[in-house]
Amino acid sequence: MIDTTVKLARIAVENLNFFYGKKQALQDLNLNIFDRQVTALIGPSGCGKSTFIRLLNRMNDLTPDTRAEGRIILDGKNILDPKIDVVNLRRRVGMVFQKPNPFPKTIFQNIAYGLEINGETDKNLIENKVEESLKKAALWDEAKDRLNDSALRLSGGQQQRLCIARCLAVEPEVILFDEPCASLDPISTKKIEELIGELKKDYTIVIVTHNMQQASRVSDYTAFMYLGDLVEFGTTEKLFTVPKNKRTEEYLSGKFG
Amino acid sequence: MIRFKEALYRWIFTVMAFTSLFFLLGIIIVLLREGLPILMAVGPFKFLSGVHWYPTYDPAEFGIFPLIIASLSVAIGAMVVAVPLGVGSALYLHELAGERIRHILKPAVEILSAVPSIVFGFFGMMIVAPFVQKIFHVPTGLNAFTAAVVMGIMAIPTIASLTEDALGFVPRSFKEASYALGASRWQTLIKIVLPAAGSGVSTAIILGMSRIVGETMTVLMVSGGAAVIPHSIFDPVRPMTSTIAAEMGEAVTGSLHYSALFAIGLVLFLMTLTLNIISENISKKYRIKLGLDR
Repeated sequence: MIDTTVKLARIAVENLNFFYGKKQALQDLNLNIFDRQVTALIGPSGCGKSTFIRLLNRMNDLTPDTRAEGRIILDGKNILDPKIDVVNLRRRVGMVFQKPNPFPKTIFQNIAYGLEINGETDKNLIENKVEESLKKAALWDEAKDRLNDSALRLSGGQQQRLCIARCLAVEPEVILFDEPCASLDPISTKKIEELIGELKKDYTIVIVTHNMQQASRVSDYTAFMYLGDLVEFGTTEKLFTVPKNKRTEEYLSGKFG
Repeated sequence: MIRFKEALYRWIFTVMAFTSLFFLLGIIIVLLREGLPILMAVGPFKFLSGVHWYPTYDPAEFGIFPLIIASLSVAIGAMVVAVPLGVGSALYLHELAGERIRHILKPAVEILSAVPSIVFGFFGMMIVAPFVQKIFHVPTGLNAFTAAVVMGIMAIPTIASLTEDALGFVPRSFKEASYALGASRWQTLIKIVLPAAGSGVSTAIILGMSRIVGETMTVLMVSGGAAVIPHSIFDPVRPMTSTIAAEMGEAVTGSLHYSALFAIGLVLFLMTLTLNIISENISKKYRIKLGLDR
């Protein structure tokens, strides 16, 4: 059993509200995301889970006419503070998207990009880092002989692992997965899930998923969201076996969603 | 009755659709038929590389090399003006401009393309040329430099709007991926968005160039009209288009001069055709590269 009291909260979300224009998308969210644990966000479409995860690295800044209230504390600092350095935040909080989105560059360049924009010029270091990241993302064996091929020639599952490698190369502390397997086949999905299991040794992971089985397989904690509310949050084991809330139970048993 | 109508509509639209092809073939045939006599008389190589264009002398000389040089120098000069301004405006409109500025600026760029070329010529003659003459202390303001500046301004809308389209085709997911790695807006624009739109941008530039090479009225008015190889960009020049426009009226129908003008038209057509084919190929590759073809 996981004991919630001794786990270290990496991210603390306090009274978080979020608006698209006048429409409220998140209502008064409070939860902790624990260090080196996998936290899954589940719930039906439109419940706000993607909106929430995109707040953790301020990707919602790119959407005009949005507004966030409340606090998200990462290492003592409120990352919603307009004065915070977003570039630095995004280096610390990496993200893997729903659809694999490698750049139209070579496999090597895709991973080197994150290092280059950080001002890294040492070729040897970049090469080592590319290899290391590909190994961590379990793509090295498949990619080592074709590092100079276009990344777009990889299969969907390989592309997604490349995106993970790209994210790992800049050494984030937290990794956000926004439905990473939504466009993948079952075998690729299995590989990504195994990878997430590996990665949680070193990284704090938040994953949005539509797939409840996936949440139960990969996560330590699960948050169930519904229409912008956080309905229930707890260890995955408890939430899936003895949900406290009726809605959670109904959703988990497939009554809606 | 209905079947007859169907057949009739089908027939009418088929004819309409084939008119372009019909006219294109007609134009090519006319250019070849009228242009061939001079190519036979002088030889295609001598026609293209000859440095003397004295069509009305006795004996006449028909070398269009100075005219080709004039067209190319004006086109390249115009690109030096139009590419930075056009691509720069597109980047600004696409990435930096707020909604309000965009609503003013985008129509402005489009209206610039609606200005008739003769008005550009007029503007070049009356405003730009005297200015160039004064600033650079040259004998005449009507020269390759002025032509390049005015033509460059004319090409801005083409390049700006095609470049903006190309930037718009770059999937948002590329930008998000770049931002998520901690790239700044500028890094994302220069290292991800612009390269991803690269072939679209080169298409825009080539089409802008093609427009300039084929443009007639403006160059006729501002380029000075001297059919000699220029020594500097401040020398008057006589591009191919303005040669045809200026001399067609005085050339005796059926003469070698008349034929030479058609041959120039043929050369010009082949040049712009090549530019268009290149740009078409690039943009095709680009769509495949971004996966827009699948």
